Amino acid sequence: MGIIKAVNLIFDYIKRDEEENVEGVDRALDGLNLDIEEGSFVAILGHNGSGKSTFAKQVNGILAPTEGTVLISGMDTRDEDHIWDIRRTAGMVFQNPDNQIIGNTVEEDVGFGPENLGVPTEEIWKRVDESLEAVGMTAYRLKSPNKLSGGQKQRVSIAGVMAMKPKCIILDEPTAMLDPNGRKDVIRTVHELNCREKITVLLITHYMEEAVDADRIIVMDEGKMVMDGTPREIFSRVKELKRYSLDVPQVTELADELAEAGLPVSRGILTMDELLSELVPYMKEHMTCQSEQ
Amino acid sequence: MLREVTLGQYYPVDSVLHRLDPRTKLLGTLLFIISLFCTDNFLGYGVAALFLAAVIRLSKVPFKFMVRGLKAVLVLLLISVSFNLFLTPGTAIVQIGFIKITWEGLRIAVFMALRLIFLVLGSSVMTLTTTPNELTDGLEKGLGFLKKVGVPVHEVAMMMSIALRFIPILVEEADKIMKAQMARGADFESGNLIRRAKSMVPLLVPLFISAFRRATDLAMAMEARCYRGGEGRTKMKPLHYKKRDRIAQLAILLYLAVIIGTRFVL
Amino acid sequence: MSIRAVNLCHVYGQGTALEQYALKNINLEIGDGQFIGLIGHTGSGKSTLIQHFNGLLKATSGELFYNGENICAPGYDMKKLRSKVGLVFQYPEHQLFEVDVFSDVCFGPKNLGLSEEEIRERAEEALSLVGLDESYYKQSPFELSGGQKRRVAIAGVLAMHPEVLILDEPTAGLDPKGRDEILGEIEKLHREKNMTIILVSHSMEDVARYADRLIVMNHGEKMFDDTPRNVFRHYRELEAMGLAAPQVTYIVQALREQGIPIDDGLITVEEARDAILRLVGKEPAAGSRKVDAAEEREELAAEAGKKAPAKDGGNSPLSPDGAELTETAGKDEG
Repeated sequence: MGIIKAVNLIFDYIKRDEEENVEGVDRALDGLNLDIEEGSFVAILGHNGSGKSTFAKQVNGILAPTEGTVLISGMDTRDEDHIWDIRRTAGMVFQNPDNQIIGNTVEEDVGFGPENLGVPTEEIWKRVDESLEAVGMTAYRLKSPNKLSGGQKQRVSIAGVMAMKPKCIILDEPTAMLDPNGRKDVIRTVHELNCREKITVLLITHYMEEAVDADRIIVMDEGKMVMDGTPREIFSRVKELKRYSLDVPQVTELADELAEAGLPVSRGILTMDELLSELVPYMKEHMTCQSEQ
Repeated sequence: MLREVTLGQYYPVDSVLHRLDPRTKLLGTLLFIISLFCTDNFLGYGVAALFLAAVIRLSKVPFKFMVRGLKAVLVLLLISVSFNLFLTPGTAIVQIGFIKITWEGLRIAVFMALRLIFLVLGSSVMTLTTTPNELTDGLEKGLGFLKKVGVPVHEVAMMMSIALRFIPILVEEADKIMKAQMARGADFESGNLIRRAKSMVPLLVPLFISAFRRATDLAMAMEARCYRGGEGRTKMKPLHYKKRDRIAQLAILLYLAVIIGTRFVL
Repeated sequence: MSIRAVNLCHVYGQGTALEQYALKNINLEIGDGQFIGLIGHTGSGKSTLIQHFNGLLKATSGELFYNGENICAPGYDMKKLRSKVGLVFQYPEHQLFEVDVFSDVCFGPKNLGLSEEEIRERAEEALSLVGLDESYYKQSPFELSGGQKRRVAIAGVLAMHPEVLILDEPTAGLDPKGRDEILGEIEKLHREKNMTIILVSHSMEDVARYADRLIVMNHGEKMFDDTPRNVFRHYRELEAMGLAAPQVTYIVQALREQGIPIDDGLITVEEARDAILRLVGKEPAAGSRKVDAAEEREELAAEAGKKAPAKDGGNSPLSPDGAELTETAGKDEG
C-alpha cells in the first residue's frame, strides 16, 4: 500500500446561515480513489475549484473527510490520536509565501516545527542546518523573511517542513504567487529533495510545465480524478486537457498541432530536443525549394 | 510614505550588552526606572547619569541613535516641564503678570525633565541592544512564573512575536491599498476631520480583511507544522544565565543601593 | 501621442549611502491606441515606472508629459490625470471594500464628483465590459471567485473612463481559464474602445500573443523597445537579464541552427506551425485551424507585429501576406 491512500473520499463544504442552518452544500471532492507510492513525484493538476487544494488539506488532516477514508502511512486522518503523527509524516507548503512563515529570522522559522514536536535543542540545530542546506538557503539563515524574494520565502517554508523529517511533502500551488525565476527555483528544489532525500512529493499546480518531470500526473475536475498517467500519456491528450481548462507547454502544443496537420510527429512530446529529433529529418527531406526564397 | 516606519530599533553591533540575557536587560531596565523614582536630589541624578553614561558606552551604540528616541517624547517633555515650571506655588524668581516661576517649580521641572530623558534613554538602551525576538523570549521565560496563576504567558509572547513579523507586511499592504484607492480618485489628504475619517474606510476595510485572511492562513500553517500551544515545546534558543549576567545583575543592584543611599546623604 | 517621458529618473534614498536608482534616464513615447507589453524581472523598475504614469510617484528628475502637458509641473491636476490613466495594481481584488459589487465600482466615478445618473451609467457599462451582468450587482464582492473579484476591481478602474489602462500582472495567481478570460477582455477593450493598454507581465507567451510593442526593463533602465518579434530575437540578452523568450522562439532558433530556413521572428505556436507546414509544402488548411477568439487575437497580434518598423523584411518567408495585413492594421490605427 502507498504512503497516501484515499478511498471513496467525499468532502462537502457546508454553508450555514447565521442560525447555523444548512444553507447550501458544495461538493468539493466526489468519490476520489487514489493511491500514491512512497518516493514518487506526483503532480496534481486542475483549474481553480477542481478540488485539488481541498484534497491537499485532507492529506494533512486540516480537513476531515465527509465520507470515505484518507490513510497516511496507514494512519486514518480522522483518528484524533494520530493527527500530529500524520502532520509530521505529511508536511505541507501553502500558496502564499508570506502567510506561513512564523519566525522573525529564517533559522528561527525552520526551527519552529521541531520545537513544536519537542525535539531536543541540539537536534533542532542539526535539523535546521541540514534543512537550510537542502534548500540552498544557508547563506540567508539570519535574515528577516521580509527581506527575501517570493521564491526564497517558499524555499524557507520547504526547509521548515523538511526539519520535521516528513516522509512526504504536499505543496499546494507553491508557485502561484511567484515570478518565473522564483518558480523555477522552487520546482528545482522540490525535485532535488525527491531525488536525494527520497521524499514523496505531491505537487499541486496549474502550471503544466511544472509537471513535465513528474513520475505521475493526476488531473482533477469537479472533485473527481479524470486523468491519471505518466506525463507522456497525459500530454498526448492535448484536446482533453484543454477541455479541463489546462494548458500544455508550447512545445507539446506545437507537436500536437503538427501531428494534427498530418506530419509524422508523435503526440505527448515533452521537450524541445524530442520535437527536433523527429521534426528536423522530416523537414530536411520534404522541404520544397519554393519556400526557400 | 508609510514604508519608512521601522519597528524595533535594534542596532546590530557586538557588545557586552548585546550578549546579555534579555531577562537581565529587562530586569535592569525595570530597576533603573524604579531608581529614577527613588531619587529626589541632584546627587542621585548625578549617579544615575554616570551609570547611564557607562551603560551607553558599553553598548557601543552611537549616542545619536539614543537621542532619536527623545524626539518622540519632546512634546510630552515640554508640556510636563511647563506645567511644573509655571504652576508650582512657592518663592517667585520671575513674575510677569499672573505668570510666575518659582524656585520650587524650577527644581521640580528640571527633575521631571531629567527623569523623562533618563527613562527614555534607559529603555532605548534595551531596545537598541536586544532583538524583538530576544525580548519576547525574555518576557516569556522571565514571566513564566505567572503561568501558575493562569496567565497565558506563552500565548502572549507568541502573539507579540507574530505581530512583529506581520507589522511590516501590513504597513506595506496599507501603502499599496492606499495607492490603489488613490488611482481610483480617493483623496486621503484634504477636507475636515470627519471627511478625512470617512475617507479612511476604503483603506481600512481592505486592510482588515487582508489581516483576517492572513490570520486564517497562518493559523492553518501553524497547525500543519504541529503547533499546539506551549505544552511539550522545546526551544531552539533556550535562555541560560551566564557569568556576565550575574555580574550585570549585581551591578544594577549595587547601583540601586547607591541611589537609595543618596536620599540619606543630603 | 499620450505619454512621453524625457530623461525620467527615480532615486530612492537620495543623498544617503543607500541611494539607489529605481529608474534611470527613461525616454519613451506611448502613442494612442497601442498595446504595450512591459516586461522585466522583479525589481527591474517596471512597477515604479507605471506608478509615475498616473502620478502616484514623483520623478526625482526628468519630465513626464501626458497629452503634451507636463505632469510634474506645479498645479497639475493629479485627479484628472488619474481618471485618464487608469492603473490596476497586482492582486487588485485586495482593494475591494464596499458591501456590494455595484457600489464598489461606483467608488471611482463618485470621487470624480459626477451626477448620480452618470455614476450609475458608468458602473453598469464598466461591469458589462468585464462580463458581469446584473445578477452580480448586489452580491458581496468578497463572496465571488478569484477571477470574478479581479474583474470587479478592473471594472472599478474602467468606470473612471480612462484613456490609458495600465495593468500590473492582471493574471497573477489565476488558472489558465481565468487568465484567458481576463486577457480576452483586455484585448476587447483595446480593440473596441481603442484604449491604450500597458500590460505588465511575467509571461512571455502572453505578451507575445497580445502586445504589439514590448518594452523591456532591467535595473531601472529601458533595455529594449520594439515589436515582440524583434525583441525576442535577442533571447540570449533576455536570458542574461533573468528573462526568457517564449518556448516557440527557442524551437525556431534550434531549427535554424539545424539549417532550416524558417523565419526567426515567429513567436506563437500558430505562427510556427503554419511556417513549418509551408516549408514542407503543405498549405495550412483553413479547416484544420481552430476558429475561436484566441485565433482572432492571434491574427491581430501578428498584424500589429508587422506594422512596426520591419527590419526583418529580408528573411521572412511570410512577407507576401504581410503586406496585405499592414493595410488593415493601418486602418485600425486611425
